[in-house]
Amino acid sequence: MPIHSPRETFDRALQKLLDQVLLLGSMVEEAVQGAMEALQRRDHIAARRIYAADQQINEKRYAIESECIALIATQQPMARDVRFLAAILEIITELERIGDYAKGICRINLLLGESLIDPAAWLSLQQMAALGLDMLHRALDAFVCQDVKTARAIPAEDDAVDSLYNQLYRRLVAQMAGQPETVERSNHLLWAAHNLERMADRVSNICERIVYVSTGEIKELDSTEGNIETPGN
Amino acid sequence: MPQTLSPQYAIQAKNLSVYYGAFRAVKNITLSIEQRKVTAIIGPSGCGKSTVLRSFNRMNELTPSASIAGEILFMGQNIYAPEVDPVEVRRRVGMVFQKPNPFPKSIYENVAWGARLNGFRSGLGRPNMDEWVETCLRKAALWDEVKDKLQQSGLSLSGGQQQRLCIARAIAVKPEIILMDEPASALDPIATLKIEELMRELAEEYTIIVVTHNMQQAARVSDFTAFFSMDEDRAGALVEYGLTTQIFTTPKDSRTEGYITGRYG
Repeated sequence: MPIHSPRETFDRALQKLLDQVLLLGSMVEEAVQGAMEALQRRDHIAARRIYAADQQINEKRYAIESECIALIATQQPMARDVRFLAAILEIITELERIGDYAKGICRINLLLGESLIDPAAWLSLQQMAALGLDMLHRALDAFVCQDVKTARAIPAEDDAVDSLYNQLYRRLVAQMAGQPETVERSNHLLWAAHNLERMADRVSNICERIVYVSTGEIKELDSTEGNIETPGN
Repeated sequence: MPQTLSPQYAIQAKNLSVYYGAFRAVKNITLSIEQRKVTAIIGPSGCGKSTVLRSFNRMNELTPSASIAGEILFMGQNIYAPEVDPVEVRRRVGMVFQKPNPFPKSIYENVAWGARLNGFRSGLGRPNMDEWVETCLRKAALWDEVKDKLQQSGLSLSGGQQQRLCIARAIAVKPEIILMDEPASALDPIATLKIEELMRELAEEYTIIVVTHNMQQAARVSDFTAFFSMDEDRAGALVEYGLTTQIFTTPKDSRTEGYITGRYG
């Protein structure tokens, strides 16, 4: 944006909005990271704290939404400006949902009680979370830098997350069949894995909006078509 | 002039340049205007929007030093061809100006006068003049407000009503195209919205070309938008032309983007 723009006030408002989106993004990243750490430590106190803090994520999202609507109503944005605001409305919804997944993982932590998590299952969950968080972090960077190339590339990484999910799914189902006493626990873990798998999908949606801001094209950035017969795609 | 209607376009400029004396005000405009649609022309001051608009009905000829190169095809014929009568062109391509300019006559006469001058005749199967005045005032969304005071002066109306009276006067001579040069810039927001609504309604029957500085107005009211800008030599040129939704959400040219987002220059 030119320094001496005749729309300096508007530009400042857009910059402020972007900062708020990044703040929301880091709140969400922190929530997922914290939820996973709490799960690993089986730390119920931390889980309850992160669970409750989701309210702040929701409030931040609504605050950004209100600001977007106010700017649309008062500044009559056009072209890239209107695409940027429309993208933010989508992106904050996706971020808020990722926050819900973190909250879901905290809930599972509580539901699991004191029971131990099978180390192999934990490894898969941890890898899924790491991949998803890395995708999210780079997607938010790409949003700031309007880096279309990166935004287009990230969704393909979802395949690795799906693959981990599918492996874990098979493992847990086999475990449930062999040891019926693990059914409840395995089921909880599957649910945690599902949350992480969905997180990566949400990041892909964010990437679609980043591409939209720069190019005006609204297109699904599907990674390779998921196999309808496997649970994660 | 021949009556053959080109299938799609109401009027076309081909390599149109307009000069005021030696100064080339606009250059090489090629622009095809769709029939029965609203086309908006936007751009910064001095980019030749009004000049192009006025050349569409030879109104620019009333400026003594003006001359043109290129062609304007209306119903398949160049309206600047020597055998074409400019008065007939202006009947078929009407114009509404920035400042409402009703005649200092009654509301009724404002509408009837042009029609009468253009050989309006009532008769079997045709409406009589009273009916025609009512029809035009209804089409201009003014009838309900003036039906009880048709003999009052047109100048007694509010600005917005005067502008709608001018639109009624323009349609009274049965034009095919109506050119509007900043038709709402002298009006308050409500009167402006009424004019914009009216433009949408009129587009069912007429081709509307509107020059406006108000981008939101162009975005609200038009189907197509042409963005004009000034070249290095200060002549107005067409930068981008397309569907209004495309121009205002995903303009292709960075100059259009800069102008409509208010970051021009």
